[in-house]
Amino acid sequence: MNSDSMTEVGTIAYDVEQLRKDFPILERRVHDNQSLVYLDSANTSQKPRQVLDALAEFYEQHNSNIHRATHALGEEATAGYEDARLKVAAFIGAPDPETVIFTKNSTEALNLVANVMTWGPRGLKPGDEVVITEMEHHSNIVPWQILCQRTGATLRWFGVTDDGRLDMSAIDELINERTKVVSLVHVSNVLGTLNPVAAVVARAHAVGALVVLDASQSVPQLPVDVDALGVDFVAFTGHKMCGPTGIGVLWGRRELLEELPPFLGGGEMIETVTMQASTYAGLPHKYEAGTPPIAQVVGLGAAVDYLSNIGMDAVAAHEKQITAYALEALATVSGLRILGPTTAVDRGGAISFTLGDIHPHDVAQILDGYGVAVRAGHHCGRPIHQRFGVSASTRASSYLYTTQSEIDALVVGLEKAKRFFD
Amino acid sequence: MQLESMYQEIILDHYRKPHHKGLREPYDVEVHHVNPTCGDEITLRVKLDGDTVTDVSYDSAGCSISQASASVLTDLVIGRAVETGLVAHGEFLALMQSKGAATPDEDILEDAVAFTGVSKYPARVKCALLSWMAWKDATAQAREKQFEPAGGISPAAASTPEGTS
Repeated sequence: MNSDSMTEVGTIAYDVEQLRKDFPILERRVHDNQSLVYLDSANTSQKPRQVLDALAEFYEQHNSNIHRATHALGEEATAGYEDARLKVAAFIGAPDPETVIFTKNSTEALNLVANVMTWGPRGLKPGDEVVITEMEHHSNIVPWQILCQRTGATLRWFGVTDDGRLDMSAIDELINERTKVVSLVHVSNVLGTLNPVAAVVARAHAVGALVVLDASQSVPQLPVDVDALGVDFVAFTGHKMCGPTGIGVLWGRRELLEELPPFLGGGEMIETVTMQASTYAGLPHKYEAGTPPIAQVVGLGAAVDYLSNIGMDAVAAHEKQITAYALEALATVSGLRILGPTTAVDRGGAISFTLGDIHPHDVAQILDGYGVAVRAGHHCGRPIHQRFGVSASTRASSYLYTTQSEIDALVVGLEKAKRFFD
Repeated sequence: MQLESMYQEIILDHYRKPHHKGLREPYDVEVHHVNPTCGDEITLRVKLDGDTVTDVSYDSAGCSISQASASVLTDLVIGRAVETGLVAHGEFLALMQSKGAATPDEDILEDAVAFTGVSKYPARVKCALLSWMAWKDATAQAREKQFEPAGGISPAAASTPEGTS
């Protein structure tokens, strides 16, 4: 082990080279035998062997539908599925596992909340207001636009400062007695910004508004305690935290989940059904209509075990350290402009930037030629790109397996891109 | 290194010094097309005189592939018959859908044959096609206008294609 791969994180030795051995795909070579440098983890994370094994074991040994099969496999599958719910609840500090709802992804979780506010006891009306922010992912903008279109409510939003922070200057006017719901991102997938959730929650709750938190980027990177955050709903997705695609989570406060109407109707979410009407199951099944992605839930449980074994404090410390290293390294590239905070303070690991006049597609294509995988485009955040006067950016994003030498490879690739289009 | 197969010198030349760029008067139709996956945009104007394309002008923001493609397009259609341009359009579309397998007709496509390498990269095919789709759309609208009775109500001059991400 060399000094590059070993860093002291608290009292735990964090050995990134050892962790990398858990991820078979990191051994891949691409284009003319180049080593893969995967810097697109904000898009989706890679999966450790432990998660891949859990998926295979489920299908090979336990595959069955859940909550209805009266046979051995059905009981095993149900136990695996519900066991994962307990793991996820413990992982996010949810005191009540029945308030952990499995969804398809963060997008579905956010749409769920927006949908159950179109009608029922908390249905919005003309004159009501919904508050989001300019740095949201499209999945936390469009559902609220649709909600406002359907109900006649008004959509408003926080602006963003030049250094990529939430503009809190008008919070008391923005969140007012007409506000019914505030939905914001915890850590931005474009800017990397970690938002001041407590201040937003304090103001929102003072006027009786609910707070929804898009934690898609934060749950994978930081210790997250939903109860301590004080929000009302939290959405995140499995595939960005070492888990499979097709599985996400909505956590919500029990009294709200019980009070609000159902989202999708179908099997498993009912109590009784007649031709005239139905009554609904209790939590969490009320919000889990139809056969869920069972193996993916089991896989998410394995991902949570994997992250817990490393320790989220250690994951967060590594993320902060590698982000600081990357920000310093990128500052040496002339013509490079970072969108968002340029220091690793209150910041996640996604770093979006422009490089002179070279279009992000071209930057990413050159990097790909050298095996460096980044994302180019607006990263489902067109409004925040418009805010900074660009139509697109290149984004490098790290995770628990990212090394300093991979950041070095990125910088070398960027210099090559500059020479290519000079 | 496979990058050179995409970034041919001809493409880089057109990217650095695009031909016929800028919006000009007069024009029959103006369209605005976007690539929803990356936000690349083009505003393109077409002026026809009978069956001849007398001008194609454009303002665009995008990657080297989309910029170079617009430049090459204008070389191929300005001053020529609409039908000739549509034949080139068909050839270029087929080339871009060929996954690198086509042997393009240089007599028809001229500099556009340099885009053969781009067709091996599915994510970039849309970049290369952005201006061509805009031109076809604008030209179709301009031809419709030619057949309208004087003083008739013209169709919407600007259109945006549906997103296909």
